[in-house]
Amino acid sequence: MKIAVCVKQVPDTWAEKALKAADSTLDRDAADGVMNELDEYAVEEALKLTEAHGGEVVVVTMGPERAGETVRKALSMGADSGVHLVDETLHGSDALATSYALAEVLKDRGFDLVMFGSESTDARMSVVPAMVAERLGIAQLTFAQKVEVSGPTVTIQRATETGYDTVEAQTPAVVSVVEKINEPRYPSFKGIMAAKKKPVETLSVSDAGLDAARLGLSAAWSQVEDFAARPPKAAGTIVVDEGDGGAKLAGFLAEQKFI
Amino acid sequence: MLLTEKPEYDDLRAGVRQVCADFDGAYWRGLEPDSYPEEFVAALTAAGYLAALVPEEYGGGGATITEASVILEEISASGGNPSACHAQMYVMGTLLRHGSPEQKQRYLPGIAEGSLRLQAFGVTEPGAGSETTRIRTRAERVPEGWRINGQKIWTSRALYSDLMLLLARTTPYEECAKPTEGLSCFIFDMRELRGMTITPIRTMMNHNTTEVFFDDVVIPADSLIGDEGRGFRYILDGMNAERILIASECIGDGRFVLERAVAYAGQREVFGRPIGANQGVQFPLARAYASLRAADLVRYDAAARYDRGESCAAEANMAKLLASDASWAAANAALDAHGGFGFAVEYDIERKFRETRLYQVAPINNNLVLAYLGQHVLGLPKSY
Ligand SMILES: Cc1cc2nc3c(=O)[nH]c(=O)nc-3n(C[C@H](O)[C@H](O)[C@H](O)COP(=O)(O)OP(=O)(O)OC[C@H]3O[C@@H](n4cnc5c(N)ncnc54)[C@H](O)[C@@H]3O)c2cc1C
Repeated sequence: MKIAVCVKQVPDTWAEKALKAADSTLDRDAADGVMNELDEYAVEEALKLTEAHGGEVVVVTMGPERAGETVRKALSMGADSGVHLVDETLHGSDALATSYALAEVLKDRGFDLVMFGSESTDARMSVVPAMVAERLGIAQLTFAQKVEVSGPTVTIQRATETGYDTVEAQTPAVVSVVEKINEPRYPSFKGIMAAKKKPVETLSVSDAGLDAARLGLSAAWSQVEDFAARPPKAAGTIVVDEGDGGAKLAGFLAEQKFI
Repeated sequence: MLLTEKPEYDDLRAGVRQVCADFDGAYWRGLEPDSYPEEFVAALTAAGYLAALVPEEYGGGGATITEASVILEEISASGGNPSACHAQMYVMGTLLRHGSPEQKQRYLPGIAEGSLRLQAFGVTEPGAGSETTRIRTRAERVPEGWRINGQKIWTSRALYSDLMLLLARTTPYEECAKPTEGLSCFIFDMRELRGMTITPIRTMMNHNTTEVFFDDVVIPADSLIGDEGRGFRYILDGMNAERILIASECIGDGRFVLERAVAYAGQREVFGRPIGANQGVQFPLARAYASLRAADLVRYDAAARYDRGESCAAEANMAKLLASDASWAAANAALDAHGGFGFAVEYDIERKFRETRLYQVAPINNNLVLAYLGQHVLGLPKSY
């Protein structure tokens, strides 16, 4: 089984995030970059599947030079090789452009499964897996909390608010995973050492045969015109209870249109 | 805060940090005064870090001493305490260089896969610390193997190890031409031995150290490492690695306390400005930083020499001396910078202050390091 796992480097979850004044995009140098947490679950699940069924895991990332760290991390967890799409033209790409670029890189490589974390902690749109599936014209099995493969059939439990749905498709298919699915392994000492020798293919926009006009900030369907830092917390309102606290609270809530 | 940029170890550091991130200050504080960090050691073992120095042919990581030192440094720098498991790295050299192929085959694969722990190293005795050759624990040949009688002290982690590396006298001191003769090294499985009593010693920091009593303990004949009577040499051979690794742990401690102190001094306001704006607070931290960086460079120099197979006794000793003094100074400055809060357990400064203090004394006292440098590097008369 040949599995691609798409991973993304995001600013450290705990870091203060900032936008750049020049073009209103994320300032990636302002915080440490880490592998998007849910992508670790996707890598783990892919490794488990190939450990059980044989095959190989290829990590795919689109991102600046520094995102190579994230590819190496996945390799140190046990993935076999990497593909890194890196090009200035990609800067500021929206979800549509990202899914276009990823789909172009993924197509014709013979993957049985393309796996994703179900969202990234920076943009939180949760749409790229579905968009990639659509562009590749293959089934999408999203929000998986369990994945099983039997021959050409993939079955997942799709996590819902009340429980799960069982969804099945034929490979090739896109699978996105939620946190419940597993406990990602730590990269091991041997894994880290071995990762240094694993192949990583670096692709530019032209290497990947992409149309530059469909990529980057200028092609994005929405533009950030302006942004401002969140205003500091205003002082709260203290309701003094002089026997009429309940009524005063209700009045406050009604005034704020909460009730 | 990284002291010396070495991009080639960035991935390794990140890997170790990821394991450590699951064991925060609250975890380490919760173990005080004397619980063993079982979960942490299990996680580190599962990820193969404790088998880093085991050669690849036995299933280990085949690491260099530089890589091993980065692992221990990063544990300390994360706020953890590698003393719970460092011995497995310290003593590996003795087993690798002098153990028989059968001994290596018997133990190394188990250590590599994490089913066997080699964490106990019994050298020091109540009557013999710095003067190792004065040990009195006897090992005598008997038909079933070797019979051990005597007492060890400060045998750390003996209750949390399967195997022990032991130094014992096979010929009494008085009968040897030289004090360094008549000592032998043994490696054996402690788990099913009769006549061994292990009692914990409570110490200033959580170190799981013990006293071990041997009362007619019989160990198998093939426990002997190398030749009978040459054990002192074999132990000495492992010492350079040990010193480099200790130095690295101190460097990590120093990074931890400095990072915390700098953050605190920048944010704590007294008399209307951050306390770090005062030279009385700033300079001790700056000095500690300079000392740590200098120690770090000597540590990398010593480790590189070791990895190239060159002699490195002077560098390894200097690294241990400089790093343990620097981490102590850094911890002391960090305690001052934190004011009263440094004494609050919650800040982890007083814990690190206690933990790092040990390394000026053990496994070898810095006085003895100076004596070594004076005599063997500077050519001065022997002082002891
Ligand atoms: C927490 C802890 C864990 C330990 N773990 C282990 C372990 O796992 N295995 C093990 O075998 N040992 C272990 N040790 C023992 C440690 O190696 C010894 O404590 C150390 O070697 C010093 O020996 P000593 O305590 O007998 O001090 P002594 O040798 O009695 O020395 C006392 C003091 O006198 C000084 N001194 C002695 N002679 C001279 C001289 N000629 N010139 C100048 N100063 C001198 C020393 O530097 C020291 O300050 C541990 C110790 C501690 C505290």
